[in-house]
Amino acid sequence: MARRMIVERKRWLTEEEFVELLGPGQFLPGATVVNLSIAIGARLGGARGAIVSLCALLAAPTVIVLLIGALYGEISDDPRLGRFLAGVAAAAAGLFIALAIKLLPILRGRPASAAIAALCVVGLVALRAPMLTTLLALGPVSILVAWRAGP
Amino acid sequence: MTPTLVALALIFGQLSLLAIGGPVAILPEMQRQVVDVQNWMTTSQFVAMFAMAQASPGPNMMVVTLIGWHVGGWAGAAVATLCVFGPSSLLAAMVFRAWDRFRTRPWRRVLQGALAPLTVGLSVSGAALVTQATAKGWLLAVIVAAAAAAMTHARLPPVVVLAAGGIVALLG
Repeated sequence: MARRMIVERKRWLTEEEFVELLGPGQFLPGATVVNLSIAIGARLGGARGAIVSLCALLAAPTVIVLLIGALYGEISDDPRLGRFLAGVAAAAAGLFIALAIKLLPILRGRPASAAIAALCVVGLVALRAPMLTTLLALGPVSILVAWRAGP
Repeated sequence: MTPTLVALALIFGQLSLLAIGGPVAILPEMQRQVVDVQNWMTTSQFVAMFAMAQASPGPNMMVVTLIGWHVGGWAGAAVATLCVFGPSSLLAAMVFRAWDRFRTRPWRRVLQGALAPLTVGLSVSGAALVTQATAKGWLLAVIVAAAAAAMTHARLPPVVVLAAGGIVALLG
């Protein structure tokens, strides 16, 4: 959906440019769509463009989410709302699972990378290790593996 | 009020840079900080805010705005939002600027190659931990599985899947 808006409708980027920016956009910390909006804003208008782009992206969602939050505050006593939101949260978990599944092909044919990803999951889910510790432990290993993998 | 704002800034500033692969990576840690460490809300309140942020448009990070608002009103919402988007945005801006300029440099490939498995690992972990937190009971577990299957096999708009999940839980 973002691709359609960016490449086809607004023509801010060509297809190749979009694909090229999508890589770092997905792997850098932060929501992909946020990173992309910064990349596009910077490309079209420098630092100011990036700030404007980000603010434009977040303005409406901020207002809407606060309205929803206020509405929740008004009716939070209703147990039906709690059940409904629990269902939404569960569905969201399902969406995250689908997203993770979609990313798995990245590891295809790269056993060392797959091992790093597996260690990450073991550390965070099985061992409940702190996030920062896990990333600091695996980060250098991952860099080494990537460096030795060659072009 | 100010110590709370400082706490919000520190927690979300840190999470901003840890969100490799997107918000799913930091949701479990966010819950741990907000519910267990800071005692700002109960688990069910956190889940409710998570659900509301999922249902509303915009990046999944918007849950942070709700948390900030709950904890510290308008100032809290502003601080939390700025701090969760700020650091990662600055980093992204710097990297993108260098990206074009250093097109042929090996560090580009190494960076992307190093982050890729971590992105996958964090996405899988995030999905597993969020599932653990939300699949309380068989009906919710079924909703999780059905939503995952629906999104994997069909191209439904996320909002439809979320609404369906909510309705099924309401009626079940």
